[in-house]
Amino acid sequence: MPTSDIILLEEDFRVIRDLIQKLRNDANARVVCLVDRNGQQIACVGEAEALDTTALASLAAGNVAATDSLARLIGEKDFSTLYHEGEKDNLHLSIVGGKVILVVIFDERSSLGLVRLRVKKHAGELAAALEKMQQRSVQARSGKAGTSPFTDITDEDIDSLFGK
Amino acid sequence: MTFINYAAREINCKIVYYGPGLGGKTTNLKWIFGKSNPASRGKLISLATETDRTLFFDFLPLDLGTIRGFKTRFHLYTVPGQVFYDASRKLILKGVDGVVFVADSQAARMEANQESLKNLQSNLKDQGYNLMKIPYVLQLNKRDTASAMALEEMKRQLLIKNEPVFEAVAHSGTGVFDTLKAIARMVLVELRKTA
Repeated sequence: MPTSDIILLEEDFRVIRDLIQKLRNDANARVVCLVDRNGQQIACVGEAEALDTTALASLAAGNVAATDSLARLIGEKDFSTLYHEGEKDNLHLSIVGGKVILVVIFDERSSLGLVRLRVKKHAGELAAALEKMQQRSVQARSGKAGTSPFTDITDEDIDSLFGK
Repeated sequence: MTFINYAAREINCKIVYYGPGLGGKTTNLKWIFGKSNPASRGKLISLATETDRTLFFDFLPLDLGTIRGFKTRFHLYTVPGQVFYDASRKLILKGVDGVVFVADSQAARMEANQESLKNLQSNLKDQGYNLMKIPYVLQLNKRDTASAMALEEMKRQLLIKNEPVFEAVAHSGTGVFDTLKAIARMVLVELRKTA
């Protein structure tokens, strides 16, 4: 398999959530989400109740993937940030640690300059937390960080999903 | 690439519906969307052209239930089937856990099926996957059409590794959930192996 599974442990989640919450406060943003490049949502903070964050994660990953391909077409390695400007809300997408997409949604209470500045400031800390998460994923897969709940799932467990 | 989230007690898997243009990939997702409990599914997102041809992908998140206290969520994607959208197809295979190949049973589309199957193998390879090793199901769609090829002949031309085969008529739902259940089961069994 080319990519390894991501395993997000509770303690890593808390660290990541606190970091993006700090970013959200500093940048005066409405919502901040962290999304895996394959479209899986890792964490989301802010005014996200009315937002379909699953769809947001999938579309953000699609957007970044398409833009990366465009970059390569014109001889660039990638475009590290994307910005979409709306009438009220704006979307700032950036790659953190080469692997994860940081999505910041902000309105007139903030500005592109402030968001860019704060994202840059917090990116290092976030990248370090993500690196740690990845190391733990590797450990968890090799059984060093506790047993996976899926090692002993039975055929009956799987059947029960399908109402048999 | 399965995502196991201990904080949310969720496991997320990605299934991609692949196949030639107008073969019924989007119709599969629309049927699943229409027949699933609204509480267990998200929005169906379609990035389509004005004429309803898939431009980038369709996306449907679906909760299948709980295993050992973990919510199992499947993210279903389709790819654009038209030949010239190959760059987009390749991107959607990133992080895939299982593939459903939706073949068109009409005799005139067999060449397109074969071309798409080759394209799948090559695009998976580019992403570092081997079709022979990942969960894979073959769906023979449009079994209700007048020019549908014989089942055995289709199998002879399209089977690649003794994968499960399902006959389907996606617009009326025949075979749609059987296909989904089969690929979901294979992904979970694979997860048990690699956990």
